[in-house]
Amino acid sequence: MLINHPLLGPRDAAEFTYLGDASLIDRPDWQAPDAAQAFVEYGYMRDNPAGWHRELWFHEAGDRSWLVVTRNTLTHEISNVELARDVARARGRSK
Amino acid sequence: MRYSGFRVIKEALTGHKGWTPAWREPEPKPAYDVIIIGGGGHGLATAYYLAKEFGQKNIAVIEKGWIGGGNVGRNTTIIRSNYLLDGNEPFYEFSLKLWEGLEQDFNYNAMVSQRGILNLFHSDAQRDAFIRRGNAMILNGADADLLSTEQIKARYPFLNTDDARFPIKGGLAQHRGGTVRHDAVAWGYARGADQHGVDIIQNCEVTGFKIENGKCLGVETTKGFIGAGKVACAVAGSSSRLMSHAGMRLPMESHVLQAFVSEGLKPVLPGVITFGAGHFYVSQSDKGGLVFGGDIDGYNSYAQRGNLPVVEDVCEGGMAIFPAFGRARLLRMWGGIMDMSMDGSPIIDKTHIDGLLFNGGWCYGGFKATPASGFCYAHLIARDAPHPHASAYRFDRFEKGLMIDEKGMGNQPNLH
Repeated sequence: MLINHPLLGPRDAAEFTYLGDASLIDRPDWQAPDAAQAFVEYGYMRDNPAGWHRELWFHEAGDRSWLVVTRNTLTHEISNVELARDVARARGRSK
Repeated sequence: MRYSGFRVIKEALTGHKGWTPAWREPEPKPAYDVIIIGGGGHGLATAYYLAKEFGQKNIAVIEKGWIGGGNVGRNTTIIRSNYLLDGNEPFYEFSLKLWEGLEQDFNYNAMVSQRGILNLFHSDAQRDAFIRRGNAMILNGADADLLSTEQIKARYPFLNTDDARFPIKGGLAQHRGGTVRHDAVAWGYARGADQHGVDIIQNCEVTGFKIENGKCLGVETTKGFIGAGKVACAVAGSSSRLMSHAGMRLPMESHVLQAFVSEGLKPVLPGVITFGAGHFYVSQSDKGGLVFGGDIDGYNSYAQRGNLPVVEDVCEGGMAIFPAFGRARLLRMWGGIMDMSMDGSPIIDKTHIDGLLFNGGWCYGGFKATPASGFCYAHLIARDAPHPHASAYRFDRFEKGLMIDEKGMGNQPNLH
């Protein structure tokens, strides 16, 4: 697989490590009253879809940026690659 | 029809006209007491033990494609019970004991071959870990044998024990481990279940569950609605897809694992050997091919095919320990889809929906578990209580902090 890095262009997927579903960006509020249940969902439960999946990849052997890759789990086709930083900021996370 | 040597001779002398199909091809009835979704090894074993050991009648196995076409037809055929943790080892040892009596039990030649499995170690720390594992196995009634370098040299003279990078310091052997003809396991269980009256319905995909007031009343399929007292899922690899029809999210990701077979060779490798300094394991099939594998690819996939970097990684592991095998050409390689659970261990449990049960999350260790998985699942279905050997495989273990994390990797499925 080739991952089209927004800054570096197409890179071999072997340069990356895989974390999982991009919803991991949305860490629950630890002070919320239902935090315990929310963290069980966050830490252990996954949608695991067959089809399009947004997921976090880390460019470990490259520029060490985190990416949100939209990839089809049935075909391994990649339709979109974003910097995870931009995705997190767009959701109001981070600065 | 009972299979025997006498029967083979009789049929040979009478033109092979007396053989009958190994199982029927029935149309689904309007309703069953128990419907098992998934005609793979685990589903068929569940049906077999439900009918034979737990006296249930009126059972159906529903399979989307053909039976044995999923992971039971795609694995590397190894059986063993060399686990460490209390939640796992009694279960896998129970499974190995069932393997030992399986062929007589279901009257089918599954070619169970206890040729032994040897886990090599290459450092002092690894030796300590393997001694601990061996002791845990012995405490649970399994066999474990710590082999010295000399014993390994005597047994496998072709292994280079003095390699500069990865010297072989010894190995943990389980002599009762080995290999089984994987397809024959599915066929044997299917035939056995069929003889006990189980309806095996192929080419029938489950498209939804009928759930009313928190109770599962049956399944919607491509052959129409089929009612059921209990619905038991056993579709490891596609568990999340199936259970999403019941509105459930599962503690697992689906990953692709590749396996490889070389061209046929004369006997070169007795037993199963695993390389301790990388992830590589190999055995030689009765046809002569070297059957080997290694790591999963490491990203969510339902594609049943992997990518080349893992092929390279697995073959590098093989070359490091068996340089001679580099001369053998690769004949076939393929991928299968694993339920990679959050702690690397399976789930055999009821769900929050009454009458809907779940079996899955086998990671890449499901084949060896087939008999015990079927037996324990049948116990849960018939008696409404977990079998003592499978009582740790609960859904709520993540919430309660009772993970069974054999490798200590945490909630990162691609590292188990």
